[in-house]
Amino acid sequence: MSTETLHPTQTAEDFDPRAEGQRLMKEWYAQLETANARNAAVANVFVMGNAVEILRAFDFELVFPEINSLQTGVRKVSEEYIRLSEDYGMSPDVCSYVKADVGLILKENEHPAGLIPKASLAVASNMCGTFIKWAEIWERWLKTPTFVLDLPGQRAAGWQVRPGDAQHSADARWVEAQFQELITKCERITGKRFDMDKLAEVEERVNKMVDHWNNVMALNRICPAPFNAMLDGLTYIGIMNVHRGTEEGVEYMRQLEEHLKAKVARGEGRVAEERFRLLFSGTPCYVSMRRLVELFETWGGVFAYSDYLTFAAGGMDATELRYDTSRPLESLAEVTAMAAQRGLSNQFFAHERLAQQIKDYEVDGVVFHGIKSCRFVSSGMADTRDYIGKRLDVPTLYIESDLIDPRYWSDAQIKNRVDAFFEALQQRGGAGPAAFKTVATV
Amino acid sequence: MNSKALYDHEIELTNVLDRCNAAARDAAIPSQDELPDGFSGTLGHFPVYFPEEIAHSVGLLPVNILGGGNKLEMKYADARMGSFVCSICRSTTELGLNGTLQDLTGFVTHPICDAAKHLAGIWSRNLPEQLAQILYLPQNVNTPGAARYIAAEYQRLRADLEKRTSRSLDDEALRASIRIYNVNRRLLRELYRIRRDEPWKVSCTESYLLLRARSRMPCEEHNALLARALDAIRHRSLPAQDKPRVVFVGGFCEQPPLEMLEAIDETCYVVDDDLLVGLRWLIEDVPETGDPIWALAESYVERSDASPVQHDARKSKEDYLMAMLKKSKADAAILTAAKFCEPGLDEQLAWSKHLDTENIPYLILEFEEKMTSFEQMAMQVETFSESLLFALA
Ligand code: SF4
Ligand code: SF4
Repeated sequence: MSTETLHPTQTAEDFDPRAEGQRLMKEWYAQLETANARNAAVANVFVMGNAVEILRAFDFELVFPEINSLQTGVRKVSEEYIRLSEDYGMSPDVCSYVKADVGLILKENEHPAGLIPKASLAVASNMCGTFIKWAEIWERWLKTPTFVLDLPGQRAAGWQVRPGDAQHSADARWVEAQFQELITKCERITGKRFDMDKLAEVEERVNKMVDHWNNVMALNRICPAPFNAMLDGLTYIGIMNVHRGTEEGVEYMRQLEEHLKAKVARGEGRVAEERFRLLFSGTPCYVSMRRLVELFETWGGVFAYSDYLTFAAGGMDATELRYDTSRPLESLAEVTAMAAQRGLSNQFFAHERLAQQIKDYEVDGVVFHGIKSCRFVSSGMADTRDYIGKRLDVPTLYIESDLIDPRYWSDAQIKNRVDAFFEALQQRGGAGPAAFKTVATV
Repeated sequence: MNSKALYDHEIELTNVLDRCNAAARDAAIPSQDELPDGFSGTLGHFPVYFPEEIAHSVGLLPVNILGGGNKLEMKYADARMGSFVCSICRSTTELGLNGTLQDLTGFVTHPICDAAKHLAGIWSRNLPEQLAQILYLPQNVNTPGAARYIAAEYQRLRADLEKRTSRSLDDEALRASIRIYNVNRRLLRELYRIRRDEPWKVSCTESYLLLRARSRMPCEEHNALLARALDAIRHRSLPAQDKPRVVFVGGFCEQPPLEMLEAIDETCYVVDDDLLVGLRWLIEDVPETGDPIWALAESYVERSDASPVQHDARKSKEDYLMAMLKKSKADAAILTAAKFCEPGLDEQLAWSKHLDTENIPYLILEFEEKMTSFEQMAMQVETFSESLLFALA
């Protein structure tokens, strides 16, 4: 199919989520390339806790430095950027996304996807502590005005916060106060008045995207799973982030849902014979993701779910998280407080969320991917794994590499571990080489 | 001053420091039988800052959990935490899993970094009977409403602690605790004043031991100890030596081994530092009247120090370091970071770049609490010190 002529009337079978995703990404980078020349306001934002809705209401063009960094990995040039930053003095022991970004600054914003514009605002959040240190680099070095959004997370195990209860209202009030201040800052930077109606319009589009997104995720509860959460899912989540609140984003998610529904109706899975359903916990290894997935798929193992698809979309994976567009700002604060908490809980009280996800997606095992340079996902992982294995009696595998630093990928070692994991799964009475899981219907 | 008095004061200081040294080297916490009068349990808190007054006022002894030092044998934590996580998080996990901290009533950590936040999950999975929490101190203290949010967070924690201890809300008890801690703040300010003005009278290691003792004893007892120590220090008549004046930064969370501080003391006067900055985070007295929770929350926003793990638009980290250098009339800085400490390592680089532009000499050191060999580091410091003396001559 032609990827250049996507149209709403296109059939679900025609839609190629990967090609279309790539096209949208390419367009986004092309837009960014000309942003400074067009005098467009540009904001650096992170994928978690970013107030994109407000920024879009001010027509900011959005730069996602994490996506820039992961793209250096996908395009196999990350090592060059990382080495540049280490030569500059960055420690080998810090987040490789930050290092790739410092490499980008040192290369005067020359990125393999195009020139990255200079930002007039950066919004960081406390969701990952590194976001703040990262934003401080721009603040100090490039003098980028910075706003740190503080989003309180789950305070303790068994923490039950429901929309509207006292704790949620208190947290939401705090978030709203910060949004008010961010809005004032945006008004100063752009010279525009804040337009509440425009915010409501963006929210309406996000609502639609989130509805589709949730349906997409739910489709992978069906066996065989129509997509691989750690390969196809990465394209989807890229669009969820970059196009959150745009018409293109809504249309992509709508078509994606239809496409996957059609696949399910045909009984078509991501792998020809789905033998093992797995949950991937952690972040991808963007330099070697295809290879990693291949190691699992040759055994008929598919990642039906990944918590990455929750936290890397800021926690927007629950149907109750819809904006009430009749009171856009309050609702934005309420949903942000709740979504941030979900995103954070995925890490800091991971065992609670994983226990639920294991049930929801009926997985046979959990694969943990530890990343040396990302303490956000990795610090509690070995202990969580111990809990899942011993208390929930779910088989687990732990592998280690990096998000984008190819120096940490050890193919033979990872392959050995993956093979041993599947052998153990089989011995446990799991699917034998010839068996594959029964197809469910929609 | 007669020689008898000099002798007595030196003995007094030695006694106090021995007591502090024992406290610093012992990761154990008081058991139920060993609790000081007036306390019914212990509340562990992780660096950097924790409002100890709240625990103190409900009869829980605040104990600052500062890792396991360089004598701890790791039996359990290696399998539960990646090798790429900082030592204080790994050894704290070990102390939780090996039973050393099993008597804690609760353990509170903070959003200073991601590794620290994970400790709450580890605690809840392995020590579920304890009250394990993240106290969400905000990373944005500049938005109006920050103090109100902090007050609500403190109130929530206080209610949880009261439930645990079966105590009822008592503002007067909290005000009393604030008064005790205000005395402590004054004494600590005096200690640091002496460090700046007469560094030959008290070394960085001694000052550190004196401060760290609060991590294992009630504040009122620490006040008495500090008062005795300060009196003795004032009476000390040690000669000033030819050593460069430096500030030490990077000790805000994981603790450098004592041997490292001793090595630096050998050849430098450390005239200011950020060691255990959380225990002296509030740099002025907290109001002793009115709503005590509000007083603590507002003090966090308006009367607090700075650190690499707190973003405050009013306090650039460069200004913080430059002010420290200026106030203490230091010639140079020792910029340290704990291995695998992302915020510390990022800060170390940024500080070094800034000092380059300011033409201020500095020495970069990386440490781990579990380090046991210091010869190389001592040589580095000595060379640095000599180069400073040469440049200053
Ligand atoms: S530490 Fe992890 S979550 Fe944080 S910025 Fe780096 S890769 Fe992202
Ligand atoms: S030493 Fe650094 S990384 Fe470790 S807990 Fe403290 S701030 Fe976090």
